[in-house]
Formats: sequence, structure tokens, C-alpha cells
Amino acid sequence: MYEMDWSSIPGAIPLLFKGLLITFEVTITAIVVGIVWGTVLAITRIGPNKILAKLAAGYVNLFRSVPLVMVILWFYLIVPQGLKAIFGDDIGDIRLTSALVAFALFEAAYYSEIIRAGIQSVSRGQVSAGLALGMTQWQTMRLILLPQAFRNMTPLLLTQAIILFQDTSLVYVIGLSDFFGTAYKVGDRDGRLVELLLFAGAIYFVISFSASLLVKRLQARFVK
Amino acid sequence: MSYNWNWGVFLQPSASGDDTYLGWLFTGLKWTISLSLSAWVIALIVGSIIGVLRTVPNRWLSGFATGYVELFRNIPLLVQLFIWYFVLPELLPADLGNAFKQSNPLWQQFFCAMLCLGLFTSARVAEQVRSGIESLPKGQKNAGLAMGFTLPQVYRHVLMPMAYRIIMPPLTSEFLNIFKNSAVATTIGLIELSRQAQQLVDYTAQPYEAFIAVTVMYLLINVTVMFLMRRLEEKVRVPGFVGGK
Amino acid sequence: MIEIKSVSKWYGEFQVLTDCTTTVQKSEVVVVCGPSGSGKSTLIKCVNGLEPFQSGEIIVKGTSVGDPKTNLSKLRSHVGMVFQNFELFPHMTIIDNLTIAQEKVLGRNKEEARDKGMKFLDRVGLKIQAPKHPGQLSGGQQQRVAIARALCMDPICMLFDEPTSALDPEMINEVLDVMVELAKEGMTMMCVTHEMGFARKVANRVIFMDHGLIVEDATKDDFFGTPRSDRAQQFLAKILQH
Repeated sequence: MYEMDWSSIPGAIPLLFKGLLITFEVTITAIVVGIVWGTVLAITRIGPNKILAKLAAGYVNLFRSVPLVMVILWFYLIVPQGLKAIFGDDIGDIRLTSALVAFALFEAAYYSEIIRAGIQSVSRGQVSAGLALGMTQWQTMRLILLPQAFRNMTPLLLTQAIILFQDTSLVYVIGLSDFFGTAYKVGDRDGRLVELLLFAGAIYFVISFSASLLVKRLQARFVK
Repeated sequence: MSYNWNWGVFLQPSASGDDTYLGWLFTGLKWTISLSLSAWVIALIVGSIIGVLRTVPNRWLSGFATGYVELFRNIPLLVQLFIWYFVLPELLPADLGNAFKQSNPLWQQFFCAMLCLGLFTSARVAEQVRSGIESLPKGQKNAGLAMGFTLPQVYRHVLMPMAYRIIMPPLTSEFLNIFKNSAVATTIGLIELSRQAQQLVDYTAQPYEAFIAVTVMYLLINVTVMFLMRRLEEKVRVPGFVGGK
Repeated sequence: MIEIKSVSKWYGEFQVLTDCTTTVQKSEVVVVCGPSGSGKSTLIKCVNGLEPFQSGEIIVKGTSVGDPKTNLSKLRSHVGMVFQNFELFPHMTIIDNLTIAQEKVLGRNKEEARDKGMKFLDRVGLKIQAPKHPGQLSGGQQQRVAIARALCMDPICMLFDEPTSALDPEMINEVLDVMVELAKEGMTMMCVTHEMGFARKVANRVIFMDHGLIVEDATKDDFFGTPRSDRAQQFLAKILQH
């Protein structure tokens, strides 16, 4: 029977914490950029310009059909080329940059679907009411539709953020030392992979589970 | 920035000599499909059982099912996969663990990935099944019971047939997800599509062709699955029935 | 046939039924009425054990419903029930709705179940609808099918839980007609309904409930002639205004 030995974890806490910061950096960047870019995509998709709407739909469907692993690998391939074209050959470690770009653009596709459904969940009469008051299309969108839509979809946006937080572990495929990557490396180095993997799993569970409880509480408040 | 496109690379004999690089891709496709389909069978069976348990009037059973769902939903797929692959063999009784470690590596990878992906997805299927059952009017269960059906019979004949129909669209997207999620198996070395893409990059130095080809294959899988599921949805559609309520 | 003795029921702190006692004799038709929230639907669901109750006893043809040793499925298989929202099974054809319990609960063979199903479908005037699905029928038709579905089980008595209150006005009569016919044939019936015309026509007794209590339990003529309680009088006045 396997003997558990957790002794390599305490010493690795600073390293693991640094990894956790990277995990949060990727997560938060992807949430912020994802929601902003996702909103643009959603509005474009239901907007009056047919060609732009088609392009936005194509973007969303493409990203939603391809595995996240492939998206991360794609951007690890493309981003350095782009950076080299701009900054020359001296660009340093681009793993974090390409992960940030990949996650932001990938999540935007998922967020845009949530946001589109949120906008469409607001009744059509609201638009008419806004226009009837003399507001422009854009004012109606910004002052009437979006505030209600975001209120309706906040729980879904947060749930998606929890999924995203877990998905960031996939940066492992480009060797970036996020929380999981660090845990794996420490475990590999000390020959204590079993303990480190269980530890990592437990930490992810605690964070995701508490976050999902918070979302549930929030949802209950919203429904009232 | 100049890149030498060379689509002919796929027809060149591969590094292993007995195949072309295109052959490598098809091997990857084959593993992606078999992994996803077998995991889907596990996900449907286990997910249905857990989903039903969440709705039964028994605190222990529904509590167990809730715990199951929360556990599998709140740990990243990649971490789960590594736990199945690296941790479980260590925790098994020594001879069983050793037997596992000495078996064909490809088989080890496939077995772990299938179990991992199947159970991971089962938690999500369970949530759909539960919401499908809960979306049915409460009177349906009563009507079944009032006719003398036992509770299992009510589930079998009355609730499940409707619940499955109602959750067809979200189940379709879980089915699509399983193909996408199967790419995670690349991290333990299973030679599915994403792994083959990376291998092609290493061996041919034609990364764009490799990635484009693999991306197109994923797109084709997506389109095919959607087409088939839509056909299925039409086939099981109940005449005169609209919506979930 | 049905004996309800001192039945009380609570949802947590809230008492929905208080010390309800009444009986339904063989071939008797008893109408239960009362304002919404009075506990009448809860009471009728206690009779076949769809709602558990905490104290008292209900005996259906010698079987105690509250007894944990009672095989409820078996009891329910010969107590027919008709619901407010019909509760036909939407994924099955009409005829399958009528045969499924005959086959799976009573163990009848396919032909026997089908013959019986067609017989009762014919009785409610819906034989030609047999291959359709419930969603393709009107509400009144669905409720008639639901009655036929219950009759297929050869019930010893029938429970009706507001069978017409989800129906459009023009469809109420087609359902009531079937129920009147059933009552005239001597079926034992307990009906929760606001249809006072139906009560006048076929009821033997009328029970009036309010706030979980049986306020009045009288013969039809007494009830409509001289209701003793104020609440029943008010209720009747309100109903008759419609």
C-alpha cells in the first residue's frame, strides 16, 4: 500500500502561491476581456449589419467547435509570430502572453452566447418603450436593454467564470507554471506526484465549490 | 514573416516509416472518436442514475448524488485525469497497481481517459437529467402512482421518456463537449487528434498545415454530431407537444 | 367503501387538515367543495396515499392507507383517479396511455388491454383518436381520455380532483356528462369540484370544507336547502353568482 508523505508541500507553498497568482491572472484577464469582447460580439450578432453579424457568428461558432487545448496551442504558435513582427526577435517568454490572448478570445465566444441570450430574454416591448421615449437605438441598448440583460445573466456569467477558472489549468500544454503546472512540477521534482495532485485537486475544489455556493446565494437574492 | 506552405507534407512517409502523416492524423481521429464514444456511454448511464437519485424522496440517496455532482464539477478535468492516471494506480493494492502499470501504455492511457471523461461528463449529464425530471409537471408522477405504478415504474415509463426528450438540446451540447474535452487526453500521451497535431509539428516543422488539418477535423466532428442529433430529435419528437411545461 | 377517520395533516408548522372524518358508501357519489386552500384536494389525495398524513386513519375497502405495511401500488391500481390537469402521458399515444398500466401493473396481455382500452375510449366517444398523442387533443377530450384510462383498471371507486377547473367553459359539459353517466351506473365516486349543477344532479352527499376542516357533511337536499354554517352559505352565494 502506498505511504502518503505530505512533507514536500509546506516548503513549496511560496512557489504554489506564485502559480495560483498566474492562474488568477489568466482567469481575471479572460473574464474582463471576454465579457467586453463578448458583449461586442453579441451586439454585432443581433445587430442590423448582416455581414458583420455573419462574421461574429462565424467567430463564435469556430471557437466553440474547437477544443480549448487546440486553441491554446494555436495561439502559442501565432502570438510569438505576431510579437516578433512588432518587437523583433527579442521577446522573451511568451507563454503567459499567448495564454492570456488565447483565453480572452476563447472565453469571449462563450460569454457572447450567454450575453446574447440575456439580451434576447428582455422583452421586445422594452425596446419599443425606449424608442418611443425618443431614445436612439444605441441609447436604448445601453440604458434599457443591457442593464436588464446583465442582471438576468449575472449568475450564468459567474458560473462560466468558475468553469474558466478550472479550465486555465490547461495551460499545462504549453508548459506555463500556473497553480496546477507548479504543483505538477513540485510533485515530479520530489517524487511526490500523488500527494501534490491530490492537494491541487483539493484546492481547486475548495475554491470552485465556495464560489459556486456564493453564486447560488447571489442568485437567490436576485430572484427575490 | 515568410512561411513555406507545403500541403504535400501529409502524403510524405512518416517518421515511423510505415505510414504517411495523413495516416497519423487518421489514427488520431480514430482514437478521439473511440475515446469520446465510449466515455459518452459511461456518462449517459452513470449520469442518468445519479440524476434520478437526485430527485428521489430519500435524503441519503439524493445527498450522495449531490455530493457526487459537486465533486466532479468542481475539480478541473485535467486534474481529474492526472489523478486517475498517476494517483489511482498507486492507491490500488500493490499487485493490481503493478499489473496496471505493466500493461500496454496505450491501453492504460485510453482506460484512464475514458473513465475520467465519462465520469466528469456524467456529473453534467446528471444535472441535465435532474432538471429535465424537475421540469415535468408534478402531477405526472402522481398520475403514474395513482395508476398503481411503483416509483421505479413511474420513472421508467412516465418521467424518463419525457425528461430525455426535453433535455435533448443540452445533452447534444454535452455530447459535443465530450469530443472537445477528449483533447485533454493529449496530456497523458494518448495519440488522439491534438497529440497528433503536436507530433506533426515536431516531426515536419509544418505547424500551420498540421493545426489547420486537425482543426478542420474537429469542425467536421462537430457538424456531423449536430446533424445526427437533430435527426434523432426529429425522430423522437412527440406530436402536439410544445415546450417543457 | 372509503372511511376517513380523524385525519390530520401538517406541512411543517402549518396544519392543512384538521380531524377530518367522513365515509363514502358503495355506489355513493360524494361531492367535496370549498374555497381554494381549504384542503379538499389534499384530503382526496390522502385517500390513495399520494399525500401522507400524520394522524388518523383512512380505510379503503378494508385496507388501511396509512399503514406502512400496505402495498400502496396495489391499492392505487384499483382506485381510479382523475386530475385537474389531466396528466396523460404526453409521449405515448392515446391507446398506449390506456394500456400501459393494464400491462405493467395488472399484468394483462396486449390484446386484452387493447380491447379494454378501445371499449372505454368508445364509451367516452373518442375511439377514432386512439392513435393520436395527447397534445393533439382538446382539453375536454384529454380529460375524457383520462377518465377512460382510470376505468380501464376496473376501479372499485373513483377519485376526481377538480376535473373541470382547467377546462375552457365550453368543454366542461362534455366531461361532466361522462361523470354523470358513471354516477348513474353506480360507480362509487368522490369528487372535488365547484360544479354545483353536477352536485345537484347526481350527488348523494355534499361535504363543505374550509381551512382544513370539514364544516358541513350533509345530504344533497339538506346542503342546498338549508346549509347550516355561514361560511357554506357565503360560499354557495358566491358560486351561484357566476
